[in-house]
Amino acid sequence: MTLLTGVGPRPVDAKGGGAERRDRRRALPYLLLLPGAAWLFLFFVVPTIQLGATSLYDPSGSVTAGYAMTWEFSNYPDAIEYAWPQIVRSFGYAAIATVIGIVIGYPLAYAIAQKAGRWKNVLLVCVVAPMFTSFLVRTLAWKTILSDNGWLVGFLRDIGLLGDDGRLLATPAAVILGLTYNFLPFLVLPLYASLERLDYRLLEAAGDLYASPTRTFVKVTLPLSMPGLVAGTLLFFIPAVGDYINAALLGNTNTNMVGNVVNSAFLSRQEPPQGAALSFLLMAIILVIVFTYVRRSGTDEVV
Amino acid sequence: MTTPETGDLRITNVTKRFGEFTAVDDLSLTVPQGAFFALLGASGCGKTTTLRMVAGLEEPTTGEIRLGDRDITRLRPYQRPVNTVFQSYALFPHLDVFENVAFGLRRRKLRQVKEQVDKMLELVQLGGFGKRKPAELSGGQQQRVALARALINHPQVLLLDEPLGALDLKLRRQMQIELKRIQTEVGITFVHVTHDQEEAMTMADTVAVMNAGKIEQLGRPAEIYEYPATAFVANFLGQSNLLAGEAAGRSGDVVQVAAYEQRFAVPAVRSRTDRGPVFLGVRPEKLALVPAGAAVPAGHQFVAGVVTDSSYVGVSTQYLVRTGWGTELAVFAPNGGDATQLAVGSQVTAHWNPHHAFLLERAPGEGDQTTPLLDSPDTVGVGS
Ligand SMILES: Nc1ncnc2c1ncn2[C@@H]1O[C@H](COP(=O)(O)OP(=O)(O)OP(=O)(O)O)[C@@H](O)[C@H]1O
Ligand SMILES: [Mg+2]
Repeated sequence: MTLLTGVGPRPVDAKGGGAERRDRRRALPYLLLLPGAAWLFLFFVVPTIQLGATSLYDPSGSVTAGYAMTWEFSNYPDAIEYAWPQIVRSFGYAAIATVIGIVIGYPLAYAIAQKAGRWKNVLLVCVVAPMFTSFLVRTLAWKTILSDNGWLVGFLRDIGLLGDDGRLLATPAAVILGLTYNFLPFLVLPLYASLERLDYRLLEAAGDLYASPTRTFVKVTLPLSMPGLVAGTLLFFIPAVGDYINAALLGNTNTNMVGNVVNSAFLSRQEPPQGAALSFLLMAIILVIVFTYVRRSGTDEVV
Repeated sequence: MTTPETGDLRITNVTKRFGEFTAVDDLSLTVPQGAFFALLGASGCGKTTTLRMVAGLEEPTTGEIRLGDRDITRLRPYQRPVNTVFQSYALFPHLDVFENVAFGLRRRKLRQVKEQVDKMLELVQLGGFGKRKPAELSGGQQQRVALARALINHPQVLLLDEPLGALDLKLRRQMQIELKRIQTEVGITFVHVTHDQEEAMTMADTVAVMNAGKIEQLGRPAEIYEYPATAFVANFLGQSNLLAGEAAGRSGDVVQVAAYEQRFAVPAVRSRTDRGPVFLGVRPEKLALVPAGAAVPAGHQFVAGVVTDSSYVGVSTQYLVRTGWGTELAVFAPNGGDATQLAVGSQVTAHWNPHHAFLLERAPGEGDQTTPLLDSPDTVGVGS
């Protein structure tokens, strides 16, 4: 008798209202998208078009006299020529900072996710805590710490790691340190999220199958944390490339990054077309890097 | 097999505590090289913990584990010639089936990986599944990958933590035969944890029944079944009718037992004790029923009762017989050609050959223990 239960005709929706309701249900996701789409349109698409237009203005115009749209594509090669050293420096500094960030951030995220036990939340708060104060204040704090008459420089001079007139502030090292420090949480948090999900039983299984701890890391832990590592490095690298605060506060004129050139083009040198062209260039280069990076780490097995 | 001494797995006085809790309690056992050893026991009794200590994933609090004359107690897992089929499978989700199975070979830099993996996948009937990811497999298929991944390494000891639990009956039987074949062919020592007593009994040379971190009994399957050592074993491995009584000492070859104003005798060779509180045990299939008043075969012992339930299960009929003091005995009567069905309510005599009974120690105050029939949920109501 139990065989028959559940075999009877299935209840059918009442005819008529069904189609209408289905239409409405199909429209729902789009309705939910609307606020976000409107936001993106207003604050991303419109400014981007405006910026694109600006990058093609006649550079001989001025803020007071206005700019003429002359489809000035030569703005791009000109901007590259003008800011080539800063562009190279931006990517160089950001790359070095990212590598340092991974070296510091991976073990940190791993320890918090797999070994911290009940200290997990405390440690996570510690990682995020610097962000409770403003970016600017934090970087200014580093300026004080690294200053020529600060205790750190004094100490390093005393133990001979710095010469008697050696400095920390206004050096490339200071800029890279600032970048690393400021963007580290963006690397650690996504990494933490994927390492947290890592099943320790898989690590046990690898050990059981003759993988030493190092091999286990390379063959199991690393590939399984790859999504977090990719997301983290992108969240770290992209803002680091475009950053100008660290270079401005912790560096000197020889450590300027592309952000500083864009900044001065708009705000002091009054050359908006050049600033806009540089911004677009930066965006394009980053897009290319991101796509190749995600492609490679997604399809190729990372050895 | 030719050098029985060299590869024996010896666990000596091993205890594992998690904080205050003792998961494995002073366990000692020897698994001869090439043996098929089954570990049975209720959930949470410490089977997995025992395997993990052999695999090196858990360090014993005290005690020693040896493989042949090598002390492996504190060896790292990857240094042990031991592989595990994990209860949770633990397949690598980022690797396809082929690479999962090849994992151990690659770590040891062995050659002919492809040939071996393909052969192993054929063996577990997963040929052609090499390119799939574990997430694209059914539970049973995943289990077979886990099996292949461990087996392919031909370890000295293979630990199997309920490796066939997710398979349907047919596949399970096939894999059992396959496992047994591989084990005999290659001579690997198998330590097999299972909940399925039939599986344990048909496959294993030696069965150990564990309870609360200790081994209650260890021996050949038939030995344990025919002559269990404790009430736990008697009811964990198959079913038993255990009647509470008092042993009054030996007289000749038998131990005299008084229970419910009746006297019984159990052969001394089938008695774990001869004095004090005891359980008189008889397995349901060793009991036979005759209508009340009918003759009981010579030498048989018996109790009278009323049939309260009968369920026909094809090869046999399973009866519940309520004794004068209220206990319900389970009786499995084979359905031979001349067997007559006894109606519920009929007065019967249940009898048995004393050589099929056994006598166990009983904690004072413990009452009769019988197991209700699996397929008659209403027996509780009938009995009360
Ligand atoms: N890491 C641990 N910390 C604390 N207690 C544990 C730990 N591992 C196991 N235990 C406890 O030890 C006991 C034995 O566990 P174990 O996993 O060995 O059981 P089992 O016999 O394999 O059970 P099952 O048949 O359900 O798999 C359980 O009570 C369990 O709660
Ligand atoms: Mg278990």
